Amino acid sequence: MAVEAAEAKIAPVSGTGKVDGGGFIQAVTSRLVIAVPYFWLLLFFLVPFFIVVKISLSQTAIAIPPYTPVFTASDGPSGWWANVREFSFDNYLWLTQDALYFNAYVTSVIIAAISTVLTLLVGYPIAYGMARAPQSLRPVLLMLVILPFWTSFLIRVYAWIGILKPEGLLNQLLLSIGLFSQPLVILNTYTAIFIGIVYSYLPFMVLPLYASLEKMDNSLIEAAQDLGCTPTAAFWKITFPLSLPGVVAGALLVFIPAVGEFVIPDLLGGSQTLMIGRTLWSEFFANRDWPVSSAVAVILLIILVAPIMYFQRAQAQAQEAGR
Amino acid sequence: MKPLGSIRRSFAPWADPAAKPYIVFENVSKVFGDFTAVDDLSLSIYEREFFALLGASGCGKSTLLRMLAGFETPTRGRILLDGQDLVGIPPYRRPVNMMFQSYALFPHMSVEDNIAFGLKQEGMPKAEIAKRVTEMLRLVKLEAFAKRKPHQLSGGQRQRVALARSVAKRPKVLLLDEPLGALDKKLREETQFELMDLQQDLGLTFMVVTHDQEEAMTMSDRIAIMDKGKVCQVATPAEIYEAPNSRFVADFVGSVNLFEGTVARREGSAAVIEGEGITIDTDNGSDAPAGAKVWYAVRPEKIKVSARAPEVMGPNTAEGEVWDIAYLGDMTLIHVRLPDGRVVRTSQLNRQRVVEEPLTWNDRAWISFARDSGVVLTR
Ligand SMILES: Nc1ncnc2c1ncn2[C@@H]1O[C@H](COP(=O)(O)OP(=O)(O)OP(=O)(O)O)[C@@H](O)[C@H]1O
Ligand SMILES: [Mg+2]
Repeated sequence: MAVEAAEAKIAPVSGTGKVDGGGFIQAVTSRLVIAVPYFWLLLFFLVPFFIVVKISLSQTAIAIPPYTPVFTASDGPSGWWANVREFSFDNYLWLTQDALYFNAYVTSVIIAAISTVLTLLVGYPIAYGMARAPQSLRPVLLMLVILPFWTSFLIRVYAWIGILKPEGLLNQLLLSIGLFSQPLVILNTYTAIFIGIVYSYLPFMVLPLYASLEKMDNSLIEAAQDLGCTPTAAFWKITFPLSLPGVVAGALLVFIPAVGEFVIPDLLGGSQTLMIGRTLWSEFFANRDWPVSSAVAVILLIILVAPIMYFQRAQAQAQEAGR
Repeated sequence: MKPLGSIRRSFAPWADPAAKPYIVFENVSKVFGDFTAVDDLSLSIYEREFFALLGASGCGKSTLLRMLAGFETPTRGRILLDGQDLVGIPPYRRPVNMMFQSYALFPHMSVEDNIAFGLKQEGMPKAEIAKRVTEMLRLVKLEAFAKRKPHQLSGGQRQRVALARSVAKRPKVLLLDEPLGALDKKLREETQFELMDLQQDLGLTFMVVTHDQEEAMTMSDRIAIMDKGKVCQVATPAEIYEAPNSRFVADFVGSVNLFEGTVARREGSAAVIEGEGITIDTDNGSDAPAGAKVWYAVRPEKIKVSARAPEVMGPNTAEGEVWDIAYLGDMTLIHVRLPDGRVVRTSQLNRQRVVEEPLTWNDRAWISFARDSGVVLTR
């Protein structure tokens, strides 16, 4: 009797042993699956980033590529070490010495922040209207929001030149209805940049907002009204707080790329606008100073790390709360 | 009519022709697309009444409450509250609070903030809000959970928060949509009595939707039985149980035996009904004339089962065999099969611990019931 019991106990143990064998393969496979995106990140983000960091620590040179030192396989370890000892932070020091860079960073952040707020103001009502629209209409509305992506970004920004220039469509309209006697100067001003950014990044704001508004239970609004809230009060006490994860996601999706935006300030903002994207471009292409422009890029990334990390934390929290 | 059941209630404004109803549904219909959820329904509810709505899923109970709360507009008809037509009055200005079937708790607020929400909206002083919230938390036994968010609660706990939130404002009319469905039996019974006390103490009018007949019976002054958007019967629990007005109501509330037959003779309120295999002699026949097709409804506990044949096989008796027995402790359910195959459900109270001649499967058994134990139904 006792022997039987003992055997019965042993049997499942050896069973698990076998399962472990399968579990090992499974564990390896699941690691492999996770490894794919990591490998992707390593190859297409981390490696290029280190190349940029390396260039930012180099010196300009009239050569191809236009900097030293250049690592080659033939140098051997001692040659590489000699190269590494040539690295310096001179380019970063240079950035602090010319107020141009500091101003460009600050202006970029301010312009991006203002644009983000404007995009939110325009995007929220759109997303709200979409989430409240009849179920059958929503796919069409979503489609309309995404539709601009079907045309080249560059062409759409160029189109704005045609709209905003002194003899452009907007001014023709305003003059013909007699609202103004003089054409408005919009093109080559910050206003044009704001218009361009709000227009271009609107879908990035609307989509996360829509996602968070759409899944909201309408009975919450009813409950708030039942407890004495007017529809306006119910919006501010229930709808808006519950859409905050969407607001944060949308704002960061607009803010982060807008800080480094180059095309919009270049085409719509005119020559006097000072944004870091343009500075970077001119360092790179006009001055052919790869090391300095790499340093500009690295600093830009460091500035943006804080909001990116905040974004990821906010996403994680939203997921936690949504469970 | 002789009093039904064993409870005499002093609160019966519906029996007083001078009493003015507090809530009136007047020929109210609600149509969604081509589906009629509430169909030409009229109902009067009195102040301080505990009114229960009972009916199958999808029969329009929630829709009725939502119309009173102001979330749906009646397609036809009107709703009056204290003599005032509610049409066009938005939900936030109606002196009515509702507990939602889906709870509708605010996910971004803690339990206490949820409960305090309506009070803050009212502009109640802070100290008073805190006091009321504590009181409500005690009512639903959630004192320890005040700081939690709804997603950190169990289903039953969420339901209690929803209940507390709707009760907190002490509105004149409280609409509760399945307030206790997710609670276990013990907690449900306790909360039932506390709700009744609260309603009594504060003099509120309650309208409660429930699936649980026992709950409706326990708590309410009157019950409305609904079917497919219509009200079948509105009456006190005892009347609903002992004098249902239709087969639907008789069958819906509790369990019942229906004997089909035709009225053979009538004398005053007494009638003799010839059914298949059984003659029924009753002293409360409805006004069905002789020759009419009727159903005689008898509750299981009104039927006596005996192992011995009665001295005379008169009316209201039949012979059969024991088909099924279920021992429930306080009573035993005995199903007796008549020769024609029909099964009569009976329940016998176990008054004695030791039974002389216990019945068992396939025994011969005789059923009998008194003249006044059932009702004659014409529909
Ligand atoms: N907004 C709506 N649009 C279409 N049909 C609806 C709508 N609301 C309710 N209905 C329908 O009306 C009927 C009654 O719904 P209601 O919610 O009142 O049922 P109920 O009696 O509360 O049921 P339950 O006991 O399951 O809660 C159902 O058949 C439902 O499908
Ligand atoms: Mg319902």
